Amino acid sequence: MKPIEIAPKIYWVGAVDWNIRDFHGYSTKAGTTYNAYLIVDKTVALIDTVKAPFADEMLERISHVIDPKKIDILISNHTEMDHSGGIPKIMHFIGQDKPLYCSKMGKKNLSMHFGDKYNFHAVEDGETLSLGSRSLTFLETKMLHWPDSMFSYCPEDKILFSSDAFGQHYAGPQRFDDEIGEAIMPHAKTYFANILLLYTPLIEKLLARVTQMGLEFSMILPDHGIMWRQDPGKIVAAYARWSRQEPKNKAVVAYDTMWNSTRIMAESIAEGLGQAGVHALPMHLRANDRSEVITQVMDAGLVVVGSPTLNNGLFPTVSDFLTYMKGLKPKNKIGAAFGSYGWSGEAPKILSSQLDEMGFDQPEAPLKVLYVPGPEAKKQCFEWGEKLGKILVDRLK
Amino acid sequence: MDKYVCQVCGYVYDPKQGDPENGVEPGTPFEKVPEDWTCPVCGAGKEDFEKE
Repeated sequence: MKPIEIAPKIYWVGAVDWNIRDFHGYSTKAGTTYNAYLIVDKTVALIDTVKAPFADEMLERISHVIDPKKIDILISNHTEMDHSGGIPKIMHFIGQDKPLYCSKMGKKNLSMHFGDKYNFHAVEDGETLSLGSRSLTFLETKMLHWPDSMFSYCPEDKILFSSDAFGQHYAGPQRFDDEIGEAIMPHAKTYFANILLLYTPLIEKLLARVTQMGLEFSMILPDHGIMWRQDPGKIVAAYARWSRQEPKNKAVVAYDTMWNSTRIMAESIAEGLGQAGVHALPMHLRANDRSEVITQVMDAGLVVVGSPTLNNGLFPTVSDFLTYMKGLKPKNKIGAAFGSYGWSGEAPKILSSQLDEMGFDQPEAPLKVLYVPGPEAKKQCFEWGEKLGKILVDRLK
Repeated sequence: MDKYVCQVCGYVYDPKQGDPENGVEPGTPFEKVPEDWTCPVCGAGKEDFEKE
């Protein structure tokens, strides 16, 4: 387990989690990495740690550069345990009295994870710390994506240690953008959709602040996945684009089904949408993880949600998806609700009221079909889809 | 006096408690909180608060 020298005396000393498939409910089919960074200078600094079970892997990588006991300070950009889990071990190793730099909220939040036994140095927003030949400037990035989040920026090398921002859940043989190319972008987009979507107004403010400060980046080093050394501007531009949440000529038909009736409806609706020239994706909620569905929702102009009526209510996976989507606050969407039913048929109405609460504009009344859709009902679904598709196409003109 | 909720992080400003750590005395109605005050949890501005 060796380190990677990113720039002279700046090393990647993180860990690769090849096997994780469920990251607090976010499906991570490509695993992830926990990136930690070692800067060897007059003051030796470690920026962030790794998830607790990977602490030994990090220590082993550090040992190839320097005796870990020689680390003078630990910097915690973010309290979440995939980056702070290694703190107790590393502090035990280097000495509990060594300074632990973090934001003010970081001090508070780290104390509530690991107790207040550490020598916390809560930094001010914009504060600079000299390491010798290099320095680090700390920038608070509250709620991007926790209250404690901050960036560390090295002005001498124009390197940004960006915590979770600009990261991706991706474990692979590559460590850098130039090694993987365009193939990393879908992972970065999935990460954005699942972790950051609700904070897009804050991201826009942050990007404006960075521009105003005239910060330049030769590299952006996030806490997960690929490091951006060839073209850091590319991921910054993508964040600016994704933050605008501009609706595309695309529809997601997210649904579940009991005896295939709601599935038949979903697929007929998707065909109708296609007839109107909309790129429509029927997504069965037990064939597609919520994190995949929300990634497609992010740039869709239309979200159509379908549920059979089960015991007078929604099918559980549909409730799950709605809860997830509500929290991520997607904007600028048209919505619609449908479902098959046997007797009472409450689901489409419940769906519609939930979409309403999320601020989705619903130009069409919910569509429901009794039992199995026959030729007439299929035609109705197709036409309903086509109508919705035309509305979307018109609005995007 | 109404409570106000931060639309970014969910923090609730309770006028009875104010935000003494950041110079807002207990008993200060939200309307009287300084315009440059920000959410103590997430840093959002006053404009990001809505009545509970």
